[in-house]
Amino acid sequence: MTAPVLSAHRLFKHFGAVTALDGADFEVCEGEVMAVVGDNGAGKSTLIKALTGALVPDSGQILLDGERVRFHSPIDARRHGIETVYQTLAVAPALDISANMFLGREQRRPGVLGSFFRLLDKPAMRTRAAATLRELGITTARSVRQQVETLSGGQRQAVAVARAAAWGSKVVVLDEPTAALGVREAGQVLELVRRIRDRGVAVILISHNMPQVFEVADRIHIHRLGQRVALVRPTDVSMTDVVAIMTGARAGNEGVADADLPHGDGA
Amino acid sequence: MGPAELLGHQVTDAPVGANLDTEVRPTGVHRIRGFLVDATRGGVLGPLVALLFASVVFSALTDTFLTPSNISLILTQSIVIGMLALGQTMIILTSGIDLANAAIMVLASVVIAKVVKVSDNAFVALLIGLAVALALSAISGLLVSQMNLPPFIVTLGMLTVVTAAARLYTGSSSIPVQNDLIAWLGTPVPIAGFRFTIGVFVWFAAYALAWYALTQTGWGTHVLAVGDDPEAARLAGIKTRRVLLSVYLVAGLCYAAAAWQALGRIPNADPSGYASGNLDSITAVVIGGTSLFGGRGGVIGTLIGTLIVTVLRNGLTQAGIDSLYQDIATGVLVVAAVLIDQITRRAR
Repeated sequence: MTAPVLSAHRLFKHFGAVTALDGADFEVCEGEVMAVVGDNGAGKSTLIKALTGALVPDSGQILLDGERVRFHSPIDARRHGIETVYQTLAVAPALDISANMFLGREQRRPGVLGSFFRLLDKPAMRTRAAATLRELGITTARSVRQQVETLSGGQRQAVAVARAAAWGSKVVVLDEPTAALGVREAGQVLELVRRIRDRGVAVILISHNMPQVFEVADRIHIHRLGQRVALVRPTDVSMTDVVAIMTGARAGNEGVADADLPHGDGA
Repeated sequence: MGPAELLGHQVTDAPVGANLDTEVRPTGVHRIRGFLVDATRGGVLGPLVALLFASVVFSALTDTFLTPSNISLILTQSIVIGMLALGQTMIILTSGIDLANAAIMVLASVVIAKVVKVSDNAFVALLIGLAVALALSAISGLLVSQMNLPPFIVTLGMLTVVTAAARLYTGSSSIPVQNDLIAWLGTPVPIAGFRFTIGVFVWFAAYALAWYALTQTGWGTHVLAVGDDPEAARLAGIKTRRVLLSVYLVAGLCYAAAAWQALGRIPNADPSGYASGNLDSITAVVIGGTSLFGGRGGVIGTLIGTLIVTVLRNGLTQAGIDSLYQDIATGVLVVAAVLIDQITRRAR
């Protein structure tokens, strides 16, 4: 396994008396799907927020490509090539696919038309949007001019994922991307996750859905009580094991002394 | 790194959608088709048909409707509401509403008239009028964007305060203005029997500019996105508060222009004028196909909507029908427009 593209070491975050991150570690490598699982309140969303700049941890280090980074906002993290897809189908329904994929990052015409007249380069954006969709194998949309509201929930989420894939050069974070979707549509999104990974991007998948996690993840980060308590491979453990570690019924291979599971990175 | 670099490592075995492929090479035909798709996206086709239908009916019913002088009259009668409706359109596109637009315009116009009367400097008067309109719209915009107050309530309060302020300021009496610069927009421009005014051209130019800003710039995309789904816009990295505020400022600019237009049409600033200007502007926007839910519609529709309202009033008057029936027709049209919007939204 190569060096992690994004990693965190001993992150702490306190909210008053509550310790949301209690020395949490994290890592994800290029071309890897790292699933993050944990019970409600385990602190996994705090961890993800720290990694994507939505909040700043009290202490600890975040390394991107081995260099220490401090993200002060999600835009900050985005500039470093870390994109996040939210479960809420965060697309603007009345805008077309192309406009959604470039939302907030519109491309303008070269020269004075773009700089002074602020003229958008719609043809270029449409070409690029179509190329990205094609590359990811999203062919269900008739045209990138189609309004997003004419798409199904799965297709909308596919547009959101494609947007993240287009801009997230290093890491794509998917926060419960299939929570609002049906079974078939969820399958399409998972297929997309694999394609992004195969392009060499690091994918962080937050999910409650164990079968999905086992289907698509290369490694599983199990979060409990503000820490990573285990880092496992889905091939080495069963779903029951993961749930047991998640809920504390069984010890993980980290954070506690008597690790009885094979370690995720093969150590 | 962006999509440009993504193009670098193509996945060759990915299936290619037939129509997506056409997006890669926008040929002439596709450009025209794309332009039509974009142009009708705001739903201007329905209002346009309604406008043409009403015009044909009135042309058939009366001899006076389809004459150069009457068409000129319809246009000049539409200007002030048209300018108010322009600002209103942008605010409604953000899923807001502005009940205070006409009141702000009226206050700006009485301020302009009074400054001209006192100082005889029309240029300074117009600047002060602009500042008043911008400041009041900025207050609405700040309360809506920074304090998250509902636009309906904010502008209702603004309407009440500004209406009263205009009356207090003038002692409830109107102020006549005798000044060339103030009256400039009313200057007649006779073309082939028509009697246009400079104001008509300024009105169209303002719409053209607004159309450009809304459909061809990133700002316009952000305005639509904020109105469509503010949370999605925020997550996409758009500074939604700033966009909202900018929309109210642009609207304030429209209201200042409306004040100048109003003084160009009638050189008399009446603090009690345009009492239903706010509702008339909302009517024009809604009939023009812009959704009250935000994110859908545009200024071309509003231009047509404004003309529909004026044509109905004008045509029914020409046909000798009681003016109260005009109100009934307008009211029915508004509800019908919203109903159509609601039904098409549900169909999506």
